[in-house]
Amino acid sequence: MSRSLPLPSARWLPVWQRHLLVWRKLSIPSLVGNFGDPLLYLLALGYGLGRFVGTMEGMPYITFLASGIVCSSAMNTATFEALYSAYTRMTTQQTWAGMLAAPLDVDDIVLGETIWAGTKSLFSASAILVVAAGLGIVRGPQALLVLPIALLVGTCFAAMALVVTAISKNYEFFVYYVTLVVTPMMLFCGVFFPLEGLPPPLRSAAAFLPLTHAVELIRPLMTGGWPAHATLDLSVLVGYGAVSYSIATALVRRRLLA
Amino acid sequence: MTLLARAVVILNPIMSQRNGGAVVAASGLTKIYDGRPVVDAIDLSVDRGECFGILGPNGAGKTTTLRMLIGLTPPSAGNLEVLGFPIPDRARLMRRHIGVVPQGDNLDPDFTVIENLSVYGRYFDLRKSETASRIPELLAFAALESKASAAIHTLSGGMRRRLILARALINQPDLLVLDEPTTGLDPQARQLIWQRLRSLLGQGKTLILTTNYMEEAERLCDRLVIMDHGRILVSGRPQDLVREHVEPQVLEVYGPGVERWLEDRGRALCGRTEQVGETAFCYAGNASALLEDLRNRPELNFLHRPANLEDVFVKLTGRELRDG
Repeated sequence: MSRSLPLPSARWLPVWQRHLLVWRKLSIPSLVGNFGDPLLYLLALGYGLGRFVGTMEGMPYITFLASGIVCSSAMNTATFEALYSAYTRMTTQQTWAGMLAAPLDVDDIVLGETIWAGTKSLFSASAILVVAAGLGIVRGPQALLVLPIALLVGTCFAAMALVVTAISKNYEFFVYYVTLVVTPMMLFCGVFFPLEGLPPPLRSAAAFLPLTHAVELIRPLMTGGWPAHATLDLSVLVGYGAVSYSIATALVRRRLLA
Repeated sequence: MTLLARAVVILNPIMSQRNGGAVVAASGLTKIYDGRPVVDAIDLSVDRGECFGILGPNGAGKTTTLRMLIGLTPPSAGNLEVLGFPIPDRARLMRRHIGVVPQGDNLDPDFTVIENLSVYGRYFDLRKSETASRIPELLAFAALESKASAAIHTLSGGMRRRLILARALINQPDLLVLDEPTTGLDPQARQLIWQRLRSLLGQGKTLILTTNYMEEAERLCDRLVIMDHGRILVSGRPQDLVREHVEPQVLEVYGPGVERWLEDRGRALCGRTEQVGETAFCYAGNASALLEDLRNRPELNFLHRPANLEDVFVKLTGRELRDG
């Protein structure tokens, strides 16, 4: 196609609604995943490892960890939805082809997929927040702000993953992205321990990664404080998301509309 | 866009149809892949209410032509208007008014029969109540009333095909674009689809279809084109094409010694002959001399039939196998 920038419109909504309807049909296993996985991590690492760690940044380890788990879950949920599920809809199921025969464009589909995967991150963040509140490790009403931020974080990571989906020839290709990009972020962006624990070069590198900024936003909000550089953190997430969405749209157009 | 410009964009197509404009008007339509023209400067004009066929061997450019028509791939050159909308610029708007039956099965496996219809209605911004009121009629049309809540994987090939056709009608389209609508179906299922397509023509809808089945084209199409190597070889009404391009009578002769018979007698007795495998095709204006000769040769079997579209197709596109 000649034009290169996506033309977002409200036409993403039917795509999102379709995915929500499927999710509702399969919501029980989804909810088990949303609650179960992070709960297990939180209990095992928070209490198990926390006993040896004691406090971190002046708070019990499980409190420190809960906010990190919200971020990594938001990243993982959106990433896997936008890799595996979106790829299935693009290829084997031909769901996108059906949409393209209706008054929907690639731009609408990619935006719908992005916001949908972000929505799934919102679900999983909500689940963890409920569990953390139940454990009494959430402080202050500002913790509710975690929810819209989780939606933004998920949307950002979904757009990034869709770039990979758009160029993938098979499911195996996703291993590169998950192992080389997603897993390092989960380990080095402050989910499990503060960035101060890293050697300076790694620390500076981590500052460029979106998950670092997700943690910078969500951790203070869940523990009764306020983010120190909210504007910077939000800008990084929005920037990664917007650039990735543009690239993903251009790549999917090239792939499907050639 | 200003309000006035928007009104012009929306009204233009409606007005041009009022004036008897063509449903599809394409000139010099071209698609080039890797420097090779897959569709090579074709002209098409499809009238309101007709069934228009696009025929051709595999790789002739049929599907690419359809993809351009519905705005799924931009033409490399040429002008294209569908329902008065310039394509690809206004393709999304145009697709509100058409239905598409794809070659493959892209029903939503996560949904039931009814859900497939209602979710597809959402893609057209139809209100829930609007879709719900159309669904019973569509289920009846597809003869799937008893399967309303069935999962997609429990449907037979014919049922899926009918559901895809019903789904393409959810927005009450003026134009239906069908890519090989009956490929892979058994004869009974095919007959049912044909009957449904004819009833849609009776409602005044316009149909554009590609097919590999000459019988399908001959029965359904008012006009058709035969394409090969991206070009249109001929266009016209099926019966006219048969009359213009092949002799009216055909004898298919087979059996031991058919080659020798063809050399000794066959070629002399009929206007044109072709040998394919172990069968000799003899085309003649008057077959009585041939029939007379063959009655004296009990070792040879033969079938005497009027010429049909398949004879035209084979004459124009050759008999070699296309695996493209």
